[in-house]
Amino acid sequence: MNVHDFLYYVILPTLTLSVLLVFYRFLRGPSLSDRVVALDLLITIGIGIIAVYAILTNQSSFLDIAMILALIAFLGTVAFSYYLEKREKNE
Amino acid sequence: MSDILIYILSTLGALFILLAAVGFVRMPDLYLRISVTTKAATLGIGLLLACTGIYFHTGSITTRVLAIIFFIILTAPVGAHLIGRASYFIGVPLWKRSKVDHLKGKYKKHTHELSSKQDPAQETPSA
Repeated sequence: MNVHDFLYYVILPTLTLSVLLVFYRFLRGPSLSDRVVALDLLITIGIGIIAVYAILTNQSSFLDIAMILALIAFLGTVAFSYYLEKREKNE
Repeated sequence: MSDILIYILSTLGALFILLAAVGFVRMPDLYLRISVTTKAATLGIGLLLACTGIYFHTGSITTRVLAIIFFIILTAPVGAHLIGRASYFIGVPLWKRSKVDHLKGKYKKHTHELSSKQDPAQETPSA
């Protein structure tokens, strides 16, 4: 079992299982903030999947997309919290 | 040599991410969930990215990986603080068995400013 098989048969299923667990909370989460945090965590796990996938396909250009995804995750969380707070303030 | 390092680091990273996901489902409270995801997921993603850096073993890719890790470590606490603050304002309830709420009555409701004294406009019998 070399590195590729290990990543393919052990690491990627583990990450997939965690994505499914987080997605369960994303669908069920009682408040809107739960869903925002779940979205942030989904994108963060997506960065991990992209990192593993870059090893599997031997293409390093996937890391650029991982960096963009990290930017978007932070931007989304900041925008969501800003507008949540603003909506509460205006009422 | 680098293969063994990749085995160890990727296993640890995937385990930490799985722990973060399980904690995210199992925790009873939004604030506890934020705490779990910020710590565990950041460490797990850092380890997985370190794997990629070790595998390619080139200067430019290592720099890229380090930049991503640095960016995630920099922004995860900021985002968690922002969403926690916003959800405290919009009144997401704490766990019903949590003992103490240090912020209770200390935020001014209209200006969203933190004051060290109790806000007299709110009824807070216990100091």
